[in-house]
Amino acid sequence: MRLAELYPVGTRVETGTLEFLAEDIIRYAEKFDPQPFHMDAEAAKSYVFGALCASGWHTCAGWMKMLLAHFADEFPRLAQQGLQPPKLGPSPGFRKLQWLRPVYAGDRITYSVTLTDTRELASRPGTWLNSTLNEGVNQNGETVLRFESSVLDFA
Amino acid sequence: MLHFEDFHEGRVFPLGPRTVSAEEIIEFAREFDPQPMHLSEKAGKASILGGLAASGWHTSALQMRMIVDSYIGNSTCQGAPGVDVMDWKKPVLAGDTLSGKGLVLEARPLKSRPGIGLVRMRTELENQRGETVCVAEQVIMFAMRAKGEDAA
Repeated sequence: MRLAELYPVGTRVETGTLEFLAEDIIRYAEKFDPQPFHMDAEAAKSYVFGALCASGWHTCAGWMKMLLAHFADEFPRLAQQGLQPPKLGPSPGFRKLQWLRPVYAGDRITYSVTLTDTRELASRPGTWLNSTLNEGVNQNGETVLRFESSVLDFA
Repeated sequence: MLHFEDFHEGRVFPLGPRTVSAEEIIEFAREFDPQPMHLSEKAGKASILGGLAASGWHTSALQMRMIVDSYIGNSTCQGAPGVDVMDWKKPVLAGDTLSGKGLVLEARPLKSRPGIGLVRMRTELENQRGETVCVAEQVIMFAMRAKGEDAA
């Protein structure tokens, strides 16, 4: 089945919640984004953020992590019902990514995906390009992350 | 120390080189993007990516690290509000060496926060074969020099 058959266009699907522990924030930052406000709670006080917060790229990676965790639960359930889960391919990238608020140590981010468009590629019949709006919301209901992306679907 | 004033339009910052190992591709994928083509050479070869390939989120993270090592690490960076465009144009395969450049497209003071400016950067990374693998446009915030502070 195609992604659009599983999640109709316009339906917001929550994929899961990820807690950002200080140790995970620091471990990610040491590898990919070693700036003081992502590494050191004391140093972070002298920056705009005011406290230890996750690299924006860490929050994005968390979105991917929860999407796949969601699929890992969903796809076997579909198979049990005799349905063929969507065969998703690589993504060519994303657009309009906004880090709307910092993700601080201890924050719990609930991620979602909303399919916004789906169309068959003229150059590759049977392959569909899906567009999605993706978000992360913290435990206070504040949106921290929003971006638009696309993913191939080999129906 | 690089301040907002140092990011004038047209300035170029070199990025990399950075070689990406199979081990780190798999390590990242295990935690954040456990799809077969990011976890094994065999599955990667069988996919349209053509080999063990880094997650796009890993490529973006490596780009961030190269930016920190090139100019942000020695700057008054105050974070970033977002990324307008990220194109993963070619897969980053195990063993690839990435290098590239960051180009200042625009720099303007932030009205809502005196002393902070927004710098729009275009970032391009290519592999050792000269193929562009990743292109991004993003905005980064930097603090301005205090009055009377010497230019770097």
